[in-house]
Amino acid sequence: MARMNMVQALNSAMDVMLARRPEVVVFGEDVGYFGGVFRCTANLQKRYGRTRVFDAPIAEGGILGTALGMGVYGLRPVVEIQFADYIYPAYDQLVSEAARLRHRSAGGFTAPITVRTPCGGGIFGGQTHSQSPEAVFTHVCGLKTVIPSNPYDAKGLLISAIEDDDPVIFFEPKRIYNGPFDGHHDRPLTPWAKHELSEVPEDYYTVPLGKAKVVRPGRDATVLAYGTMVHVSLAAVAESGVDAEVIDLRSLVPLDEETIAESVNRTGRCVIVHEATRTSGFGAELSAVVQENCFWRLEAPVERVTGWDTPYPHAFEWDYFPGPARVARALKKVMEA
Amino acid sequence: MNKSPLQLHIPEPKARPGTPADFSGLRIPAAGATRRPPADANESEMRDMPYGLIRVLDEQGRAVGDWNPQLPPERLREGLRHMLLTRAFDERMVKQQRVGKTSFYIKCTGEEAVAVAQAYALEPSDMLFPAYRQQGLLIARGWSMVDMMCQVFNNTKDRLKGRQLPIMYSVPEVGFFSISGNLATQFPQAVGWAMASAYKNDTRIAAAWVGDGTTAEADFHHALVFATVYCAPVILNVVNNQWAISTFQGIAGGEHTTFAARAIGYGLPGLRVDGNDFLAVYAATRWAAERARRNLGATLIELYTYRAAAHSTSDDPTAYRPDDEWKKWPLGDPIERLKKHLIGIGEWSEPRHAALAQEAEEQVKAALKEAESYGTLGTPPDRPESMFDDVFKELPPHLQRQRARMREGN
Ligand SMILES: Cc1ncc(C[n+]2csc(CCOP(=O)(O)OP(=O)(O)O)c2C)c(N)n1
Ligand SMILES: [Mg+2]
Repeated sequence: MARMNMVQALNSAMDVMLARRPEVVVFGEDVGYFGGVFRCTANLQKRYGRTRVFDAPIAEGGILGTALGMGVYGLRPVVEIQFADYIYPAYDQLVSEAARLRHRSAGGFTAPITVRTPCGGGIFGGQTHSQSPEAVFTHVCGLKTVIPSNPYDAKGLLISAIEDDDPVIFFEPKRIYNGPFDGHHDRPLTPWAKHELSEVPEDYYTVPLGKAKVVRPGRDATVLAYGTMVHVSLAAVAESGVDAEVIDLRSLVPLDEETIAESVNRTGRCVIVHEATRTSGFGAELSAVVQENCFWRLEAPVERVTGWDTPYPHAFEWDYFPGPARVARALKKVMEA
Repeated sequence: MNKSPLQLHIPEPKARPGTPADFSGLRIPAAGATRRPPADANESEMRDMPYGLIRVLDEQGRAVGDWNPQLPPERLREGLRHMLLTRAFDERMVKQQRVGKTSFYIKCTGEEAVAVAQAYALEPSDMLFPAYRQQGLLIARGWSMVDMMCQVFNNTKDRLKGRQLPIMYSVPEVGFFSISGNLATQFPQAVGWAMASAYKNDTRIAAAWVGDGTTAEADFHHALVFATVYCAPVILNVVNNQWAISTFQGIAGGEHTTFAARAIGYGLPGLRVDGNDFLAVYAATRWAAERARRNLGATLIELYTYRAAAHSTSDDPTAYRPDDEWKKWPLGDPIERLKKHLIGIGEWSEPRHAALAQEAEEQVKAALKEAESYGTLGTPPDRPESMFDDVFKELPPHLQRQRARMREGN
């Protein structure tokens, strides 16, 4: 065991997989010699050589297109899109190609690609370094979508993603790379070292895709969250005094509907939290899942706490970011209904 | 300072329906005129090549110049056979579409030399990333026409289980990558495949095809950038058949330069080839394959040809081009030209040609009979719930639930 922050845990996952499987290659913009703008691939090129960890031209569509071809010839590419905001040029290769290749070729050709990309705001990134486009991918059949909330899960889930034989989009909430940010931007950030989930085995282990985790058991309401919002929700629960259960979804596709349904059917109240914009956000899907599975047990309308349907404004990040106060208000609202 | 009004330029082809076909502006070098650099020449010494036109067969059907690949007559007769088969296959399948046995078909009439000669110039183990107009690759690699027809018919033996539009073949057995409906996507994929081959220290190379219109896509640029950066062992082919549905190649940026010349900006060799000249297509592809195999990287090849038929069965070209334009194409027909050459060297005759064409017809007819016995459009290729298979390797819970609902009818 070692103490790791998210960046170190992700680095360790790639390190482990590069060592275990010669077909794993890692590439992306600034990923090779320099080790990535967030340092997630630091030292990997030095350790594994230039043909296994390398820099790519600034062409996200080209990165995904070539990754697919490599996957077809038996490699297992792990590519980094420097910011999720820049994934759109690769959208066609992901949606029309990677996601559908197995199906359209009736299993004749497949490409096990993992796409890592930092998402989310709260870092003064403005509208082009802050987006959370996960719903744009959960809507695509054939892609798996994963978002970890802590170093232990980050490493275990990334290893699972790399080993998975289908394409996986792996979102990394960059605001929690260095510590479990709970939305209190005016307080100093607690580093991961103080958090139990920064205890990370140095060797190989996996956290399965498609399994949510109850991070705080509770009786009176259920909060569904992922990524940074897990920590924001925990803070909100503590501050509101509501005995709410907090579920970290970890993987959006496949989604652990069982864990969600079991919890909401028990508590009868549900708050859904995400940082992404509201309309057609993943919260809409979650809300539908809750309605379909828990309608007769619901004591209150499902509440959504989300980013607004606006670009992420540089000067008003904290008015945009769905912080603990907003989550706490939603909890009160479902309790009072 | 000049402040006269600016004018927006919209390229327009020389001829439209009702006006005579006009190819007067084409500069077509004589056969043998375009030089053949050594296959290991430095790219910087070959920047004239994209503006030439590699041609071996002259007007009399003689093979001339340094690019003559000196193929044995048996190989050329085999080439004729595969081109005739491809043409006969296309004719038959269009008829099947007309009578409603398939929803859709795409012919490659007039472009048969591209796929057949290029397939010959590659090793059978090399990987192909085709567009939808290279069915000749499958025929030249000896793949079953029955199997191809079953995909077109979406019948009980459709290997793609009714999931794909007709002609979007996928045949891993002969290294023929799954055709995508999204143009150009296969170009960077082929580069990635080739990079993987180099990564593995393998000896296989890749080849990919796009049309003239498709070169405008970003993926075309991605392919060339990645190919040059990583020196990928790949042959990138542009089949310039002059048309992209109804738009002429000027709309893709072909008015002032050649598509082969795109290579120059990337530091890649670019060859421009008479696409209706079987020998030239073979020789140029062979040259590029040799470079790739010697770890000298990628080549861009423009195959200069003409789309003699409609874009697809959904298209009527008389609405946008003179209806006899294809007959006026100055580079002729690839089958006729190879035939003339073989007759000229005393290795072929009109009666033998007629017999071979007849044989091709019969072969296609027999294949059709068998394919039809497995059903045509409307015959369910599988149970509908098979659509849930292969979305993922393993069926996740939400798809299990949806499949159950489909079975229950809600
Ligand atoms: C990304 C994308 N855009 C548009 C289309 C529609 N489309 C199909 S074929 C075609 C023309 C392509 O022309 P070209 O590249 O010259 O190939 P050709 O048909 O002449 O062989 C178009 C516009 C498509 N399939 N994919
Ligand atoms: Mg064209």
